[in-house]
Amino acid sequence: MAEEMRIVLRNYGKIDPLKIDDYIAQGGYKSLEKASSMDKEALIEEVRKSNLRGRGGAGFNCGQKWSFAYKADADEKYVIANADEGEPGTYKDRLIMENDPHTLIEGMAICAYAIGATKGFIYLRGEYPQLIDVLNTAIAQAKEKGILKSFDIEVRSGAGAYVCGEETALIESIEGKRGEPRFKPPYPPSEGLWMKPTIVNNIETFASIPVIIEKGGEWYASIGVPSYPGTKVFTLTGDVNNKTFVEVPTNTTIREIIYQFGGGIPGGKKFKAVQIGGTSGAFIPDSLLDTPVAFDNMSAIGATLGSGAVLVLDESRDIVDVTTRIAKFFEHESCGKCAPCREGTARMHELMQLVNSGKGGQQDIELMQKLGNVMSIACLCGLGQAAPAPVLTTIKHFGTDYNAKLM
Amino acid sequence: MDYKDIIASYASKPGGIIEAYHAVQKELSYLPEEAVAEAARVFNLPVSDAYGVATFYSMFSVTPRGKNVIRICESAPCHVAGAAQVIAALERELGIKMGESTADGQFALEFAECVGQCQATPVITINRKPYLDVSPATVPTILAEYK
Repeated sequence: MAEEMRIVLRNYGKIDPLKIDDYIAQGGYKSLEKASSMDKEALIEEVRKSNLRGRGGAGFNCGQKWSFAYKADADEKYVIANADEGEPGTYKDRLIMENDPHTLIEGMAICAYAIGATKGFIYLRGEYPQLIDVLNTAIAQAKEKGILKSFDIEVRSGAGAYVCGEETALIESIEGKRGEPRFKPPYPPSEGLWMKPTIVNNIETFASIPVIIEKGGEWYASIGVPSYPGTKVFTLTGDVNNKTFVEVPTNTTIREIIYQFGGGIPGGKKFKAVQIGGTSGAFIPDSLLDTPVAFDNMSAIGATLGSGAVLVLDESRDIVDVTTRIAKFFEHESCGKCAPCREGTARMHELMQLVNSGKGGQQDIELMQKLGNVMSIACLCGLGQAAPAPVLTTIKHFGTDYNAKLM
Repeated sequence: MDYKDIIASYASKPGGIIEAYHAVQKELSYLPEEAVAEAARVFNLPVSDAYGVATFYSMFSVTPRGKNVIRICESAPCHVAGAAQVIAALERELGIKMGESTADGQFALEFAECVGQCQATPVITINRKPYLDVSPATVPTILAEYK
């Protein structure tokens, strides 16, 4: 039996999120105090040793990222919390911010101390206006108590653009521009917001930091799968009995998440497929459900962990139709900056519509495979590179569903 | 408040044009051409750039629309939970199609992608406030709040 383990959601339901004293009573801000007394390099080494990897989807070693910004020489550096969670089916960051905003602030403040930043931003997706007040209240409380010292945090609102979850697009948006990704390098830790060294981390990543500082990098590194240790929050949607969330160690399997925590498929129906990581994730068949939900284990089966969204489809679902809907999403959300994505997402949607409406042939399937492979290599950012994954993986694992719709 | 005053209040915020647009829309429901030109002046941008920002983000509209903006999530989790039936009910109830506004200027109907409330699909938002587990049967009650 897999067991739940709460690190980032440790205070869920235990505290009043709008009362800083509740957070402090649970040991809150002790890690910031501890971190502030540490040598910066030793602090970053502790984070690196924990092997915490970014929870936004890219999975980069967090301490290593911080060390780049620490080493960069600049008069100003920035810390940005990426609260633009736009992957359909994902609401983990909202849960953290709604229920425990101070853990995010503490994580950001520890990062600010480590890299030498005095200004932070929380880039909050436009769909979460109710959280602006929660975050501002928490920031004001921490300021009032003198906890943040000279570190300032400002909440900035997005305005409905999925691509702004990409860190350089997010930075452009904070600068007041169209949220189009930048060419990389340079990467944000050397040249980010207003071309200054900048750390952009996911909310779940920041929320892990206070616990890592409290209990030590080695402790964290021993949880779950060693190559991607710690816990991960999953949000379950679609055909599961419990449309809920769960935080588990990364050695938990997909099957355990769906059947044990999700309570299986409703109405006595059979499982058909699960899409993990949000709408840009791969569709996974029953034969691969015993894979642990860790970064490299997922890569090994041609899937991604992504944001931790879990969309379950039962046997009655038309997977070609769902994939067509997903192709429409990417056509809509492509920012248009690079041609492989702008044109590729539009053509992919066109071809999916053709096949879904029964007017496509085998040559269209082959064309989609070719287009998808080109996009995954040629697109400028992760949006375009990941966009073909649902199409390619459904063709691979559910080819008979496609064949049934061909002319 | 006049749009000029609203925009002026964000002038000192670096990159604050997006915040300013949100504030203007809260008052006017859309971004009139004059407001975009004013934002360009205040933030010292070419008008084309200010317009580029206004048209990039899906929450901003440069054309007039109904006061209460209803957005329906059609991302995969809402799609499989029956978003299409909710859309049909909203169109029927308001007598308009998706992308249109009612003649009395009270409501606008728009598509949205995921709004992050996937524990209770399908989801719609009205003026950015989420309504959960929406069904064709609950649509009239929800709309009544705004009538």
